[in-house]
Amino acid sequence: MFESVLVANRGEIARRIIRTVQRMGLRAVAVYSEADADLPFVAEADEAVLLGPANPAQSYLDADKVLAAARESGAQAIHPGYGFFSENAAFARAVVDAGLVWIGPSPEAIERMGDKINARNLMEKAGVPVAAGTREPVTDLEQAVAAAAEIGYPVMVKTAGGGGGIGMGVARDEAGLAKAFDQASRAAARFGGTPAILLERYIERARHVEVQILGLTDGTVVALGERDCSVQRRHQKVVEETPSPGIGPELRERMLAAAVRAGEAVGYLGAGTVECLVDADKQDFVFLEMNTRLQVEHPVTELVTGIDLVEQQLRIAAGETVRLSAVPSGHAIEFRVYAEDPKRFFPGPGKIDVWEEPSGEGVRVDSGYAAGNTVTPFYDPLMAKLCVYAPTRAEALRRAREAVAGFRVEGPKNNLPFCAELLDRPEFVDGNYDTGLVSRMRA
Amino acid sequence: MAEVRAEMVANVWKVLVAEGDSVEDGDTLIILESMKMEIPVIAEDEGVIAQLKVAEGDVIQEGDLIAVIE
Repeated sequence: MFESVLVANRGEIARRIIRTVQRMGLRAVAVYSEADADLPFVAEADEAVLLGPANPAQSYLDADKVLAAARESGAQAIHPGYGFFSENAAFARAVVDAGLVWIGPSPEAIERMGDKINARNLMEKAGVPVAAGTREPVTDLEQAVAAAAEIGYPVMVKTAGGGGGIGMGVARDEAGLAKAFDQASRAAARFGGTPAILLERYIERARHVEVQILGLTDGTVVALGERDCSVQRRHQKVVEETPSPGIGPELRERMLAAAVRAGEAVGYLGAGTVECLVDADKQDFVFLEMNTRLQVEHPVTELVTGIDLVEQQLRIAAGETVRLSAVPSGHAIEFRVYAEDPKRFFPGPGKIDVWEEPSGEGVRVDSGYAAGNTVTPFYDPLMAKLCVYAPTRAEALRRAREAVAGFRVEGPKNNLPFCAELLDRPEFVDGNYDTGLVSRMRA
Repeated sequence: MAEVRAEMVANVWKVLVAEGDSVEDGDTLIILESMKMEIPVIAEDEGVIAQLKVAEGDVIQEGDLIAVIE
């Protein structure tokens, strides 16, 4: 096992990774931008290296600076967290070329899954169900119109290279398609992804359910249960829970088996997530995409399995033989506490005057900030993840209500009032919701 | 006369109008960026841009004056 790990990320995920690195008796090296100098993850690391200005291109996304920090600090491995370099095959290669351990899947696996068109085609070949959609990159509107006519409206338009919901849009007719296509093209150009667009049949009232997998060093892939991530605003997740209240045992078994096949098809190593769309009425699913990294919402899986996913990532990256048998029990829910107004979900950065986290049985808070810190506009709005665990979903909901009420944040705008509202919403309480839930709450 | 002010701390990503331009109610004046999100700033009145106080790349604070429409 390597002795030191550089965490190439910030905020709550840097802090969470550092915690496991140190618990395992390893040295944790943080990197940070000028804007983040006062955040807890910088203080908690054994060593911290300043990368540069707030702009990610000059700090967290500057490969030379991150690699220089690893050299300078003597770090032997790099954990990318999520976002930033986590799904960047070129960076993963540069890490390996520098003689360091990359804590993630192989650059080849990242590449194969990073292009959503390629991933779709690969999954179809591996026997994983996919939605009707384009198998070749769509590069102009004319092609898009023809493809949509063949697939049938409504269609989902997205960039082949993008992620995080950026540039995604639903088109219900040709006029809508022109708009969605334009939006996706602009996003593709702006975020430097491939200028290729993908069209897929859009499933109304779908649930977004994903399967956590771990690729082990002996070549096998294990599935560690699912997460339901259907509570979304602007195609971005707000609340996740496991088990999913919308899938039965038979569908769960099929989804987990398909996720294992998906992982094996790309020779997957380490933690990954196979995202699917589920038609709860028909109890059927299609592959959406695969995320070749640790997910934001990984704690809910940890809570019901007792497995520390970051520890497994480190052990697998070090080449250790990991044996796992996960029998999930109980119910876990995660609430993403965003710095945004709870009505329109617009960003609300600012200085934190009061920060009081709830605690107690079955409550876990992964936070990136403390009182006195400033949430800046340079990075994503996630301030903390409030997670609850209980033997049953009803009990988890009760704990969640208490924990949400007990979380005090003053300064930046925050969505805790939205979380409280959601916990009173009959659809959510009954578990009978889909990805349209938040829009309906704000209609 | 209508003042357009920033609703949040943000970076000015795109400026789509210039002083002297005529705008209609609902036109996008500038696009802000904050926390990885694009936020269009919309004219809530029709008229002529009498003053434009921001440029692309500026960082603006909540309440800052963006433009004056007359």
